[in-house]
Amino acid sequence: MRHIISILLENEPGALARVVGLFAQRSYNIETLTVAPTEDPTLSRMTITTSGPDRVIEQITKQLNKLIEVVKLVDLTEGAHLERELMLIKVKASGSQRAEIKRTADIFRGQIVDVTANVYTIQLTGATDKLEAFIEAIGPNCILETVRTGVSGIARGEKTLSL
Amino acid sequence: MEMLSGGEMLVRSLHEEGVEYVYGYPGGSLLHVYDAFYQQDSVKHVLVRHEQAATHMADGYARATGKPGVVMVTSGPGATNTITGIATAFTDSIPMIVITGQVMSHLIGDDAFQETDMMGISRPIVKHSFSIKHPSEIGETVKKAFHIATTGRPGPVVIDIPKDMTMPNDRHEFSYPKKVKIRSYAPPAKGHSGQIRKAVELLLGAKRPMIYSGGGVILGEASEQLRKLVRELNYPITQTLMGLGAYPATDRQSLGMLGMHGSYEANMAMHHSDVILAIGARFDDRVTNAVSKFCPDAKIVHIDIDPSSISKTVTVDIPIVGPVDSVLDDFLDMIAEIGQQPDQKAIESWWKQIEEWRKRHGGAYDKNDNGLLKPQEAIEGLWKATNGDAYICSDVGQHQMFAAQYYKFDKPNRWINSGGLGTMGFGFPAAMGVKLNFPDEMVVCVTGEGSIQMNIQEMSTCLQYGIPVKIFCLNNGYLGMVRQWQDMNYEGRHSSSYMDSLPDWTMLAESYGHVGINVETKDQLQGAMEDCFGKYKDRLVFVNVAVDPEEHVYPMQVPMGTMRDMWLSKTERT
Repeated sequence: MRHIISILLENEPGALARVVGLFAQRSYNIETLTVAPTEDPTLSRMTITTSGPDRVIEQITKQLNKLIEVVKLVDLTEGAHLERELMLIKVKASGSQRAEIKRTADIFRGQIVDVTANVYTIQLTGATDKLEAFIEAIGPNCILETVRTGVSGIARGEKTLSL
Repeated sequence: MEMLSGGEMLVRSLHEEGVEYVYGYPGGSLLHVYDAFYQQDSVKHVLVRHEQAATHMADGYARATGKPGVVMVTSGPGATNTITGIATAFTDSIPMIVITGQVMSHLIGDDAFQETDMMGISRPIVKHSFSIKHPSEIGETVKKAFHIATTGRPGPVVIDIPKDMTMPNDRHEFSYPKKVKIRSYAPPAKGHSGQIRKAVELLLGAKRPMIYSGGGVILGEASEQLRKLVRELNYPITQTLMGLGAYPATDRQSLGMLGMHGSYEANMAMHHSDVILAIGARFDDRVTNAVSKFCPDAKIVHIDIDPSSISKTVTVDIPIVGPVDSVLDDFLDMIAEIGQQPDQKAIESWWKQIEEWRKRHGGAYDKNDNGLLKPQEAIEGLWKATNGDAYICSDVGQHQMFAAQYYKFDKPNRWINSGGLGTMGFGFPAAMGVKLNFPDEMVVCVTGEGSIQMNIQEMSTCLQYGIPVKIFCLNNGYLGMVRQWQDMNYEGRHSSSYMDSLPDWTMLAESYGHVGINVETKDQLQGAMEDCFGKYKDRLVFVNVAVDPEEHVYPMQVPMGTMRDMWLSKTERT
């Protein structure tokens, strides 16, 4: 099953390497990873999506907790949560395709953020499955390039991950 | 406030931590630090002949005393040579501080002379690591390193120091911190009382209980509590390779070691038990055999300070996360509070069954009638000669298993071996680390002619510092454990397991300024032991003991089987 693990991490050199190294060293799987500083410059917030049997996920959270730089972590998929990912996708948009692509982007609430005579660059945010649905709707023949940020997640309601 | 250079701060910080010996090897990036060493005499430096040996010396010291060992090496090859020793300590959760020199900060990343990314290379095998960015960080970093290395589940910590952090003329204010706080690090201080109650109730209701204790009891200094609990309950106890000595091996309730080369009675009792109390042990693959077939009828209670040890391989029923000593104290209190006795009738018949298993094998081995010593006899001879009271530092292989089986450890911290990583070359330097700190104790390195050559150069260090350890080398002319597996699984094809062209060991010892004794037949053993611990008490003695090259270690569990599936000899299987 897919899990979203959200981590508060000391914003120090090497901390990211320790987290990534742990996954590689113990043969855990990383699907996406995002990291950036928080409003407190001493802390980074990291979101990792991973999948595996419950036993493995339990080990992942325990092993992460053992890293000295990991201040706190939560498995967001244990409760109600929001997840968002941002994608920039460059697609062929010429001739009759041009209007069709614009319509599809509108349906998915994407924005065209850059235009040339033959190419649209579309920005799309949403959960991973929405982004994937858009890619499918556009079709592989039109796509020139995709870049995705990976998932950022946060718990719904009043729960927070903070010091 | 005092103004010190980075090099002086480092040495002073070690002094503040009560460090008496640092094991190491100087080099370019640490010259300022070594100069600071030279100008004081509270922290002594031991110059090894290879950096790996420095780590094992520090490790041996840590295992014998429970205090962290300190290593200091230069950048590049000095640092990389410590990797095996750091990994050895990490796998067995041994507290250690490894200070590595680094090239000047502005050269980092330029592939400078003797530059290597020690932070990166050591990352998977340290509990934590620090890189110094400013000289004024040194005191606090050392304090944090000692705190992390010694608390919770202990482990090695690396401090990487670029040369420009230790410049003699770059002086900063220094005062060593009394306390240190790390907001993201809080090892558990106490076990959960609700879980402890459940565990004690389960334990008191057991009909076929087993106590299975590991290295965590020794690291957690809980041997006394363990003894109390085991005696109070009158339950049988088995100990892992890492846990030997926490409970006295010569006591009636001890069934010896369990696992791959565990005793017949311990493995049988584990398999048939209905409740297992695992204390500071981690269900290692050398203990459980096939996890899916492990102790099918047992409910398991597991006490460990590291939450990630719980249900990592074997799923347990009642986990208790906490320091072993305090949790066992709580167990004893809880037993008194509940006021219930174990089921005497069931326990009596359980003991009857165990005694029958004991009679069937009980560590039996065939003795030669051709005068050639069996390795088991050699270890028993050593045990007698030292009254079972020596520090035994083992290398890795058959001799290690024979020592674990036939040297009956009655005290904790006396059995020092690389159990988790299985590092050949560990035993001799580990013994040096112990002897240096316990000069009046008997310290023996039990080794083989394979392992001893992996750090033989340290005989020179022993001469320089007067470290009279005893090397007890069970010489069978083979890499015995490899050969055993080849005999059992590869139809006797001894691929690269024969040690040809061995040196003359007595001459080798003598050339380093020590004493060498050959034991070629059974009847020479006792005399050699008498000389070793008598006439040559204050000398390093290399005892080269010729043993039967054909011997295998038994019992040996059948791979992928249950705990009770064992070979008991070359011809007998359970």
